[in-house]
Amino acid sequence: MTGPTDIHAYLAELEDIPGTRVYTAARARHGYWLNQFAMSLMTAENRAKWKADEAAYLADWPMTQDQRDAVLARDYNRLLDLGGNIYFLAKVFSTDGLSFLQAVSTMTGMSVEDYSAMMNAGGRSPDGLRSKKEPN
Amino acid sequence: MARITAGVASSHVPLLGVASDTGKDRDAYFGPIFSGYDWTRRWEADQKPDVIVLVYNDHASAFDMSIVPTFAIGCAERYKPADEGWGPRAVPDVEGHADLAWHIAQSLILDEFDMTIINQMDVDHGLTVPLTMMFGRPEAWPVKVVPLAVNVVTYPVPTGNRCWMLGEAIARAVASFPEDLNVQVWGTGGMSHQLQGPRAGLINDTWDNAFLDAMVGDSDAARWIPHIEYLRETGSEGIEMVMWLIMRSALGKTTRALHRHYHVPCSNTAIGHIVLEPVE
Repeated sequence: MTGPTDIHAYLAELEDIPGTRVYTAARARHGYWLNQFAMSLMTAENRAKWKADEAAYLADWPMTQDQRDAVLARDYNRLLDLGGNIYFLAKVFSTDGLSFLQAVSTMTGMSVEDYSAMMNAGGRSPDGLRSKKEPN
Repeated sequence: MARITAGVASSHVPLLGVASDTGKDRDAYFGPIFSGYDWTRRWEADQKPDVIVLVYNDHASAFDMSIVPTFAIGCAERYKPADEGWGPRAVPDVEGHADLAWHIAQSLILDEFDMTIINQMDVDHGLTVPLTMMFGRPEAWPVKVVPLAVNVVTYPVPTGNRCWMLGEAIARAVASFPEDLNVQVWGTGGMSHQLQGPRAGLINDTWDNAFLDAMVGDSDAARWIPHIEYLRETGSEGIEMVMWLIMRSALGKTTRALHRHYHVPCSNTAIGHIVLEPVE
């Protein structure tokens, strides 16, 4: 055993990473219906209903209006802030026919071409992006 | 008695499944990834394992947010490939080994691991992509599989130390199964990758290779790596590497590396793969 962990220190550290929203229990609670909506797109029948009328489909889920608006706008950074998790949101962008790389690039402020070129050149370095408090 | 003869670790990027399913696995982009598994495919064909205890994570496929099991073991006879939003992969159903799975489940619970038992689920790319990488495109998978799903999505995920202890307990469970079975343990996921936010695309080849080094030999240092280090150094989804620790510890005190492969990138991810055998 490693002994009890200080949960407050543990959770505070998770918020110290630049450009990252760790899917904590707090986010999971906030985003519960958003993520459950996204899961519903795992059947062909629901994907057809969704594509026919996205707003009407969303109206059937007890999500906040902010969450609905962000889904319609495909604003994935906003959806992370509203409790979305990328593996759930993947059902939305997969239904749109986007790959993980295409969808993920939209959160970085880079064009998909520039993002793809960065990945092919070895990816984004962690240098300077390890901590908000102590840039290193 | 059943015996654990080897451990295999591999990334499980969904795009690898797409590449294999659409015949692109030897093109300019995917060739350098798949060629790193050629040695393993020949070796697996020679080894002919009976069962794989396949440690993986479900990516919002079998489990939605209504139930989040930390450690879950599949005890079913059969698993179908999941529809992850673009239709199920056209790969064979995965055949379980219910006798061994139930034996491991009971043994783990008596060993004080509070397992969730799954009798029905679909399996997503986390499980089927490693099968593709190791066995190609057969009519039927040549092994039975005991799926062991770990929550690495909703925090807190299990600690590295807890994963290490679970691997040790799996080894004890397999060793007490009376049937003579050749069992491998696979740990999947990783290596460095971040799929979310402005920091997406993070790759850390130095850290990844040090982690690969740590799988080999008699050190258990990797079990003490805290979550925050995976997050800072390997991106938010690099945490999947805690699942490699279950594989590594199931092999006992000391391991030898038979094969190793590392490649950047595949989609947003660093591909890592290692084949280990226990050293008595």
